[in-house]
Amino acid sequence: MSAALSSASPAWAVELVGIDKRFGPVQANRDVTLRFAPSSIHGLVGENGAGKSTLMSILYGFYEADAGDILVHGKQVNIRTPQDAIRLGIGMVHQHFMLVETFTVLENLLLGHEGGPVLGPAKARARAAVQALEQQFGLEVPLDALVCDLPVGVQQRVEILKALYRGAEVLILDEPTAVLSPPEVEQLFRILERLRQQGRTVLLITHKLKEIMAITDRVSVLRRGQVVAEFITAETDRQALADAMVGRKTSLSVDKAPATPGPVLLSAQNVNVTDARGVATLKDACLSVRAGEIVGIAGVAGNGQSELLEVLSGMCRFDSGTVTLKGDEIGPATKYDAADARRRGLAHVPEDRLKLAVIKEFPAHESAILGYHQDKGLSKGWRLDWKRVVAKTVSLMEQFDVRPGNPNLRTALFSGGNQQKLVMAREMDREPDILLVGQPTRGVDIGAIAFIHRQLVSLRDRGKAILLVSAELDEILALSDRILVMCDGEIVGELSAADATESRIGTMMAGIKDTPVPEAVAEGVSA
Amino acid sequence: MSAGSSDNLPWWATGLLLPLVNVTLALLVSALVIFAIGEDPVGALGSMLRGAVGTGEGLGYTLYYATSLIFTALAVAIAFHGGLFNIGGEGQAYIGGLGVGLVLLALPGWPWWASLPLSVLGGAAFGALWAAIPGWLQAYRGSHIVITTIMFNFIASSLMVYLMVNILIKPGQMSPESETFSASLFLPMMADMMAGIGVEMSSSPLNFSLFLALLACVGVWAFIWHTRWGFALRATGANENAALYAGIDPRRVIVVTMALSGALAGLLGVNELHGVQHRLMLNFPAGLGFTGIAVALMGRNHPAGIVPAALLFGALYQGGTELVFDYPTISRELVVVIQGVVILFAGALEHMFRPALVRLFSRRPAVAASKPAGA
Amino acid sequence: MDIFLTLLSLLDSTVRLATPLLLAALAGFYSERAGVVDIGLEGKMLVAAFAAAATAAIHGSAWLGLGAGILASVILALLHGFACITHKGNQVVSGVALNIVALGLTAVLGNAWFEMGGRTPNLPADARFGEITLPLAEALRGVPLLGPLYFELISGHNLLVYLALAIVPLTWWIAYRTRFGLRLRAVGENPAAVDTAGISVTRLRYQAVLIAGLLCGIAGAYLSTAQGAGFQSNMTAGKGFLALAALILGKWKPVPTLFACLLFAFADALQTRLQGVALPGIGEVPVQLIEALPYLLTVLLLAGFVGKATPPKASGRPYVKDR
Repeated sequence: MSAALSSASPAWAVELVGIDKRFGPVQANRDVTLRFAPSSIHGLVGENGAGKSTLMSILYGFYEADAGDILVHGKQVNIRTPQDAIRLGIGMVHQHFMLVETFTVLENLLLGHEGGPVLGPAKARARAAVQALEQQFGLEVPLDALVCDLPVGVQQRVEILKALYRGAEVLILDEPTAVLSPPEVEQLFRILERLRQQGRTVLLITHKLKEIMAITDRVSVLRRGQVVAEFITAETDRQALADAMVGRKTSLSVDKAPATPGPVLLSAQNVNVTDARGVATLKDACLSVRAGEIVGIAGVAGNGQSELLEVLSGMCRFDSGTVTLKGDEIGPATKYDAADARRRGLAHVPEDRLKLAVIKEFPAHESAILGYHQDKGLSKGWRLDWKRVVAKTVSLMEQFDVRPGNPNLRTALFSGGNQQKLVMAREMDREPDILLVGQPTRGVDIGAIAFIHRQLVSLRDRGKAILLVSAELDEILALSDRILVMCDGEIVGELSAADATESRIGTMMAGIKDTPVPEAVAEGVSA
Repeated sequence: MSAGSSDNLPWWATGLLLPLVNVTLALLVSALVIFAIGEDPVGALGSMLRGAVGTGEGLGYTLYYATSLIFTALAVAIAFHGGLFNIGGEGQAYIGGLGVGLVLLALPGWPWWASLPLSVLGGAAFGALWAAIPGWLQAYRGSHIVITTIMFNFIASSLMVYLMVNILIKPGQMSPESETFSASLFLPMMADMMAGIGVEMSSSPLNFSLFLALLACVGVWAFIWHTRWGFALRATGANENAALYAGIDPRRVIVVTMALSGALAGLLGVNELHGVQHRLMLNFPAGLGFTGIAVALMGRNHPAGIVPAALLFGALYQGGTELVFDYPTISRELVVVIQGVVILFAGALEHMFRPALVRLFSRRPAVAASKPAGA
Repeated sequence: MDIFLTLLSLLDSTVRLATPLLLAALAGFYSERAGVVDIGLEGKMLVAAFAAAATAAIHGSAWLGLGAGILASVILALLHGFACITHKGNQVVSGVALNIVALGLTAVLGNAWFEMGGRTPNLPADARFGEITLPLAEALRGVPLLGPLYFELISGHNLLVYLALAIVPLTWWIAYRTRFGLRLRAVGENPAAVDTAGISVTRLRYQAVLIAGLLCGIAGAYLSTAQGAGFQSNMTAGKGFLALAALILGKWKPVPTLFACLLFAFADALQTRLQGVALPGIGEVPVQLIEALPYLLTVLLLAGFVGKATPPKASGRPYVKDR
């Protein structure tokens, strides 16, 4: 399985030597030296802000390094633009796809590589070439479909095909599995193996240590812009990688006592939501959350979890069904917005922090009252009492160790982890009876992750109800007392924490209803 | 419009230096234009300056223009804070003035101090209506507010012509103007008020409305930065989704913001009609609705900046009128050119000088310690 | 027959009135499809109209006028591009600013150079674009129905009208059948995708803005040297905004935009004919209502039918590389 690399150095496909890059006061890469062999899959791990994406952007010509050299097949090269990189056979599949949604797949493949000023004849040639590539790498895509109509997994295949069509020998993938369900991940890995077989080099940027262990030959760990460790995958394990990423001993699990659930505080019965295009995004959702328990919702992002949270938090209307909040029934016509939700003791930590939870242009003390600005305690008559607001912010920051502890600093200047801690502090400060949490640790460094997890468990132990949505299966498994799995807008299964295993959840996430029949399960997994 | 900066310039650099740089550039451009016409730029600009502040009368005119500009600039500013670009100030001022006129025509014989709250209400209400419709269309129908407010300017123009010519015209008169308001309603002139306390002042159209304008500045400042509704307005302007998350209804905020904006623009009618013209007539906004945009941008959308900016543009306006006497080849519209250049530099090119200023300031060791937190 | 001739005359006026709208709307098409909002169509048309009329008055040549008009419009377009593309400024504010500058500058220069209160002297016929009679128009005139149709409606327009109409299919072809068009449309939807493909976003957007300048230049020149006989103060009178509305109504596609322009022009043509005419049942329609009709129509259309039309996704936002 692992490529045995001899000690006599083979011809490296790509070498990065002594790369430095700084953005203003931040040193994103410091003296980074990495070498990648042909016919290999090389993993690159590190926390947020460790410098992985920056490094790869330099390799791809998106940025230029301040110092250092890049060598391709032993020859020093100058990569100043993506075009240079493409010409040298380096291709990149970004985390957020670089596709024009209103174009067809073929048009997206052509963009930048049209083969002539007029499109007609070039299209036919391209079609033939692309079909050959599809065969070679097992990458089937519908060439004439509009990208916006394709599922995410297929869109990613288009991105890979795009790179290969431009002759990529080295393929960089940035967090490719963030948006894939487990079977889709399997499919991707098979494609990567084909690439390796065909002599290509794959650079895999990810923070998912399990995937590193599963597919890579070698792995390099970055921390704070520097390479701190390199391993041959077969000779290491997840714990060693995690420790190297953080620089100290870490714990990958959460201490928690078993739950003692009380009455149902929040429930949904047959809730349906259709979006502006008439597509059903939430279908007959039924769930309940009790006091003193954490209910986790597992599922790949985009399967209705966001809509569920939006409906429950009052941000979005629903078409039919009932939501019951502490005994009060809310129907599709009932007036229920985010302010109502808060008044009834429901708090919400949104999935998309920068888009919803804070206002990045505002100073921290204004973000700290977002949603609670109507509180009588913060006003003196008609005037907003800024002294009280700032005092409250300072107190929140102290409780949750938000750094720097400056309430006047613009929210945008805080790191993702600290912003998230501020948001959590704000939402938990009112001791809500129900807390909705979406992706609580996305973009948060490992130290803050542990803190946030402890806070959630502590809230649960105080008798509150928590509904947790996360794309990180580990997080769901570590925190939840009960687990629901969503796929395609439906809740397809429910498991207690004791019964939950990754493979059972993974199967459900892929859309196969959880039945005790072993054949069905086996069929689904090997698809 | 950026609500904040990503660098850490001291407030006076963004608040004073940048506007100063903007206006200097605008004057340079106009000097070029004057030169291109074949006249002497220094002489021309000097003539403008003399006309604006060189005489008591000129100063009075300058302040009188500034009064109107404060109203229209506050209108633009409050909309900007709500994330909306209100270009309809001209039309809103026009229709607001209609409100003022209708109220005053209906109150013959009233003393001015009793009629003032009502004329203010009339101007504000009519102006608010004219702005709230485009606001509603943006909030509930997604119609781009820039285009609808521009259309409403044209519609206001046609509407006013129709009303003045056919309905409100004083009987037996050729020019489309209404009856003159009864004399008791006239707002006191500043010159008369000053004379009343023994201070000599040349006569000019400057009137009591100036106090209203300054009051409006304080009111707008308090509202936007010191009330819950102001917070909701700013939040909606900065991030509509976050506002929704915070329990704020962005659509309602948009309509209310536009209504407030239109109301402020409508108060121009109080200055022009209640204070000076004393009758309804055509085209009394005279472009000051558009100039308000320049004033707001130069004043960085803050009342503290708007007052000096309004003074500056009032001076330009008055100076421009005087200029025509000394330099007949240079028409009044030069001021319009200056206005446009200011909007260009203060609005679209506001980032052009920022990097230079940042470099200038980052060499000082005592710079603000708010560094970005560790990534 | 009378009705038929009236209708023909109306349609004839419609085509003439639609031409500047169409050219400006197509200018907007290139710019907006590339992701650069252009409120400044009005200003570009205005400076072009002035430059064309001034040059034609001085040098007696409509063609020189056209060239000057295009030059003036392109300069303004480059300023807009500089502010929005290079300096990532607010595109709406830039457009508004340039409109105001155009208004002031044309008035000041007009007054200074010609001393006629802001307008240029009347252009003699040979300094304007004249009517072109298409082949066989006279001969076919007698043919019932088709003859007058050919003579009145199709033949007899000036060169710029035919040019404008020809640019519609040309634009369609460029946008959907060429490499440039593909990239142009891509950069308005997802500039990051274009950037990572190794294509310069800046260069594409500047090219779009330049084309917009070119087309507005022709539109402005048309107003003062083809449709009219000289420049008058603020002669564009909102046509640039109507063109923008037509583009939105046409959902940013060339052929529907053409129809939207024709619709607006038809309303305008109708307006001049309805003045002073008492319609059965309604009585005389006030002049001012007819004047306001195109603007009212635009608002109604924006509110009702076009309310949720989707502009190019990246429209209005300067392209900044993400960290």
